[in-house]
Amino acid sequence: MTAALALGDDALVLSHRLGEWAGHAPVLEEEVALANIALDLLGQARTLLSLVGDEDELAYLREERAFRNVQLVEQPNGDFAHTMARQLYFSVYQHLLYGQLAAADGRLAPLAAKAVKEVAYHRDHAEQWTLRLGDGTEESHARMQRGLDALWRFTDELFEPVEGLPVDWPALRDGWLAQVTDIVERATLTLPGGPGGGAWTAGAGRQGIHTEPFGRMLAEMQHLHRSHPGATW
Amino acid sequence: MTTTAPETEVLAAVFDAAVAADERIEPRDWMPDAYRATLVRQIAQHAHSEIIGMQPEANWITRAPSLRRKAILMAKVQDEAGHGLYLYSAAETLGTGRDELLDKLHAGRQRYSSIFNYPTLTWADVGAIGWLVDGAAITNQVPLCRCSYGPYARAMVRICKEESFHQRQGYELLLTLSRGTEAQHAMAQDAVDRWWWPSLMMFGPPDDESAHSAQSMAWKIKRHSNDELRQRFVDICVPQAESLGLTLPDPDLRWNEARGHYDFGAIDWDEFHEVLRGNGPCNDQRIGQRRTAHENGAWVREAAAAHAAKHGKATA
Amino acid sequence: MTGTDWPLWEVFVRSRRGLSHTHAGSLHAPDAEMALRNARDLYTRRSEGVSIWVVPATAITASSPDEKDPFFEPAADKPYRHPTFYDIPEGVRHL
Repeated sequence: MTAALALGDDALVLSHRLGEWAGHAPVLEEEVALANIALDLLGQARTLLSLVGDEDELAYLREERAFRNVQLVEQPNGDFAHTMARQLYFSVYQHLLYGQLAAADGRLAPLAAKAVKEVAYHRDHAEQWTLRLGDGTEESHARMQRGLDALWRFTDELFEPVEGLPVDWPALRDGWLAQVTDIVERATLTLPGGPGGGAWTAGAGRQGIHTEPFGRMLAEMQHLHRSHPGATW
Repeated sequence: MTTTAPETEVLAAVFDAAVAADERIEPRDWMPDAYRATLVRQIAQHAHSEIIGMQPEANWITRAPSLRRKAILMAKVQDEAGHGLYLYSAAETLGTGRDELLDKLHAGRQRYSSIFNYPTLTWADVGAIGWLVDGAAITNQVPLCRCSYGPYARAMVRICKEESFHQRQGYELLLTLSRGTEAQHAMAQDAVDRWWWPSLMMFGPPDDESAHSAQSMAWKIKRHSNDELRQRFVDICVPQAESLGLTLPDPDLRWNEARGHYDFGAIDWDEFHEVLRGNGPCNDQRIGQRRTAHENGAWVREAAAAHAAKHGKATA
Repeated sequence: MTGTDWPLWEVFVRSRRGLSHTHAGSLHAPDAEMALRNARDLYTRRSEGVSIWVVPATAITASSPDEKDPFFEPAADKPYRHPTFYDIPEGVRHL
């Protein structure tokens, strides 16, 4: 099940990154919101990884090169705008992807049907913040634009077909671009590539090629588990 | 509202009668200034404890050794943020805004529970916090559900309901370690050794040294004395530790048939006062992280307020 | 509203269909949309609700407790508004 592994790793890794915000969020209400999203994603990851094997073995005992997540989700949090840009790009994608999966007949349909409701909320959260940061103060506008610019190069990889998923990838890309463009423009921001522009990417996360920060993330995540081989927790 | 002296006397009599009759005082009721000040101080300290208390546990979210434990820990830390919010809201009904209280916390002018100035050094500390620290907190908090001030009591009802999972997950976590490998068992014992005494200090100074206790009891803000609650906690923990297969680090701990309670050793109050004074292992670190998060978030809060103002959504 | 102080919102939650909205607590948010979302996260994360209202705290006008007696007295002297006011012969059901 390469497909379940790819989607499971996306959710697992993004959940971990969002978990890093705990105790650092800009306002208490946002501590609660970010944790909600992280918990939804972790729940999705556990269900997906369990389709492939033992969730903990997969999360804690694989080497970096065996992870199949897109590079976008492993990118460090940066400031709140950077995190929201990552959320916007990813949650619009995930929402459309799970929407298609839920409508199709595949093995992942029941899971996608449940997850698509959670992801709708993640997408809405990212949209609300993109609008507020983009059309807020000069500083927030600049920060949000920087976030969108910096992460743009990781978006092309999102539409690389994943084997075994009944998804219309070109339609997914069109839908994603239309929605992200709409939100970004309403936020008085500019989409880096412009509508229709492709994002150059070195991304090959689906093939197990990741970025440098990912190795450190895994080192932290896996250290305790690996220090006690065979232990139960 | 200005009132003349005789009017104040009447209002005070009404207030006293309401408290005596176990009625709740509500935000717009007249209340003595000192009652209001005591409540603000206590609720603020409680709220601050919730949000500072997120840090020692969040310290392990990214290293949680299983996905199940990771989900539990994230949900727990999230609850603490939520509890902080409930409590700041309760304080707000007394006319003191959250921003003002946070400023005081960041300036070191208001306290939080000194237990959170101890570090979480191993994964087992997450369990010890759940079992002992949350256990002590619950012992303190359950009586607060009947506190005379309505909004505080209602916040506590909600918090206690949510808190019950916190203690259980901690106990379960320690039990798993205690029954696990030798290294895991040792990790659990070490954590209990380090957290036991600070947990006992959470009930505050002994009754004869407690500055605010008597008046708080009279106002029914507080319902039991520090020593009473501490004894209750010790009595609950001893058999629980036995079931865990772990020992409590107190050679003087033994059942006293005559008292019907466990006797326990002397608490090192010097340590307590040192930590309170800011000399604990993590005081600077905790406040530092809190302040940094707040400062780093300023532009976000400003942006959202500016957006609301631009789009005519602001309400005040 | 100063630069960073978000206004206060009172939150009312309908816990399930058929019940009215009940005051759950309050929170800070820059605007109504965010207040609704924050309320969802904060007050219904254990599935405690099916519907939420948020109201700016400043928009609420409350009766003053000082006027407690005159304000509520008229209702108290109209016991005929309460079903227990009426004697019904024993054996009459569904009333």
